[in-house]
Amino acid sequence: MTTMQEFEFPLMDGTLDGMTHLVSERAIEGDTVLLNMGPQHPSTHGVLRLLLELDGETVITCIPDVGFLHTGVEKNMEAKTYIKAEVMSDRLDYLNNLGNNLVYCLAIEKLTGLDVPVRAQAIRVILVELQRISSHLVWLGTHALDLAAMSVFLYCFREREIILDIFEMVSGQRMMTTYIRPGGLWRDVPDEFEQAVRQFLEAFPERIDQYESLLTKNPLFLQRTKGLGVMTQEDALRWGVTGPMLRASGLAHDLRIAQPYSGYEQYDFDIPTHTDGDTYARYVVRMEEMRQSIKIVQQALDKLPYGPVRSNNRKYVPPPRSELSTSMEAVIHHFKLWTEGFTPPKGSVYVGVESPRGELGVYLESDGGPKPYRIHWRTPSFMNLQTLPMLAKGNLVADLVALIGTADIVLGDVDR
Amino acid sequence: MMDEKLQSIVDPIKERFSALVYVYADEASLIIPPEMIVEACRVLRDEHHFELLVEETAVDYWPELKPRFHIVIRLRSLKHNLIIGMRVPLDGNFPSMPTLENVYPNANWFERELWDMFGIRFLGHSDLRRILMPHDWEGHPLRKDFPLGYEEPQYSFNFDEIDLRKPYAKE
Amino acid sequence: MGIEQKLGNMGIVTARLEDVINWSRTNAMWPMLFGLACCAIEMMSSQAANYDMSRFGMELMRASPRQSDLMIVAGRVSRKMAPVLRRLYDQMPEPKWVIAMGDCASCGGVFNNYAIVQGVDEVVPVDVYVAGCPPRPEALIHGILTLHEKVRGEHLKDYA
Repeated sequence: MTTMQEFEFPLMDGTLDGMTHLVSERAIEGDTVLLNMGPQHPSTHGVLRLLLELDGETVITCIPDVGFLHTGVEKNMEAKTYIKAEVMSDRLDYLNNLGNNLVYCLAIEKLTGLDVPVRAQAIRVILVELQRISSHLVWLGTHALDLAAMSVFLYCFREREIILDIFEMVSGQRMMTTYIRPGGLWRDVPDEFEQAVRQFLEAFPERIDQYESLLTKNPLFLQRTKGLGVMTQEDALRWGVTGPMLRASGLAHDLRIAQPYSGYEQYDFDIPTHTDGDTYARYVVRMEEMRQSIKIVQQALDKLPYGPVRSNNRKYVPPPRSELSTSMEAVIHHFKLWTEGFTPPKGSVYVGVESPRGELGVYLESDGGPKPYRIHWRTPSFMNLQTLPMLAKGNLVADLVALIGTADIVLGDVDR
Repeated sequence: MMDEKLQSIVDPIKERFSALVYVYADEASLIIPPEMIVEACRVLRDEHHFELLVEETAVDYWPELKPRFHIVIRLRSLKHNLIIGMRVPLDGNFPSMPTLENVYPNANWFERELWDMFGIRFLGHSDLRRILMPHDWEGHPLRKDFPLGYEEPQYSFNFDEIDLRKPYAKE
Repeated sequence: MGIEQKLGNMGIVTARLEDVINWSRTNAMWPMLFGLACCAIEMMSSQAANYDMSRFGMELMRASPRQSDLMIVAGRVSRKMAPVLRRLYDQMPEPKWVIAMGDCASCGGVFNNYAIVQGVDEVVPVDVYVAGCPPRPEALIHGILTLHEKVRGEHLKDYA
């Protein structure tokens, strides 16, 4: 624990040691102002530090300084067994908990060759799409709040409470559910689930219309977002940008259609794209994505098959508690799985899914032991944040706030 | 087990760079030495349309020193809808590798993170600084010989003795 | 009974100075926006319409530490962030209180490793700890009401 006197951040005292190659020459002469948009700021959506070089109000260079939320998840997961490490995966991108669980479980299932029953796959799709809607609602609420539309924030969080109630009904927890486990789900959904989801599906589309009526044709919103932060297709690919930011630049690439997982090939939905590539285009793409998610949940709920929700492979999936009183093998499997953990074969896999922010991937390498030997999370916000200096050049400081909102970064994703 | 399209791309690369191929569950990884990796990435980007660098990460195989690290690179082709992986073995405790930034600009932050977490130097990188840890941190956390930093939990039986050791903030 | 009624009709109320000071402190305690991670989303939820925190006096969340009384440390504090936290705490004027919201702020939570400070009371003195990962908005409100009770029990001779 360092004391306050010894510790200084770079550029905190006004000197440029170690960073002179990043700012323009005018900064070294003292012509421009160096401003610190610090880690605690109402509009940075978390702990992001931006070092700005300003000429009046115009941004000349913007240097992001991340790492204030670095949690050491990758190293900590190496010290826990696979099931116990899954608990940490929810807390990375904390607006997309079930999506993180899903990609981790898909990686384990690919590594071990586990099968997942069809009912579990359909329920996974329903919950992940509901999670996508709730993540986009938080994005919309905070983005609009930064652009001074406060009532949209309150409306979005009202809808989000309904989705969180559904998650609580299913798993007992509002946010960090850890509901999706390798081999299926933790337990079956209760009977009220279908009724609650159908109620939500009926009420939600007109709510999206409400938000659009507040923002889409609003001249203030249009002036602040149209033409801001234009990113061409080539730039987006060069900078590794995926997700709605890439789709707003015209390229229709969605991992749910390109490399389908968990039964997405049976559902029929469109990929919303836009050609402008500016902030307004990304807003339109994400609003349309919410509507497509409703369509997917509707189809999945209509086609929901009956059956088990967990795989039968007892080497990896614990047996149900009802079997423990009758079968000796079930007790032995239960004991082995909860003390030592399961041991996948030696190998390495990569699985990528479409999170609300872009391509979320897990690279998992196993050496035959009960703990992951190396796990790396390819998080979309880490890559999307890299484009911020390029987009912010020449814009005003107030536009910077809109750009951070449109990139839809979650600092837990960036810093892991 | 591999896709035919992927096979038709892997074979010429294998010939040209005399690489080994490692296959697991329909994924292919080419093992390429560090001198040839930039050329291989350039060939894959220009001739075979692998436009997107998905990830660039590393694995530490300590205490084995030859190789100690494997850099794992993954490229995605949106045109052909394929994904291909590459592994670069590096030896020793202070390894270095040429940077991929000129081929894929988004390797910038990936390589900064690898320098921060593993201590792998990238020759030719424009801005190699620590990104996730504080700028005056010593050590490279994701190496296997760096300790986890596990602190003993405070239960009721050892409450008082940990209380004496733990630094509490005064006013 | 008699004299107070007479005074009340004239528009005069008598009370202890201590009670008046504590009442004014609890009824308009402004929190500082210090949401770091997942607990920040639950803090935002408790500020929004369903679980309204402004009925307890916390109408606004001030971004500036110079204008706030309460710091709700919501989320995990990493070693890089700890000096920033201390600096912001030092910038807040007296009287100030700290609520450690969530498991990561109270004791390190799920993460027991090199990067996370194991309990924010290593950095700032904490008044109320709220448990949960993340705590429900009702739990956070319960924590805030516990803090209000603690403040109402403060004595003038301790700090004046």
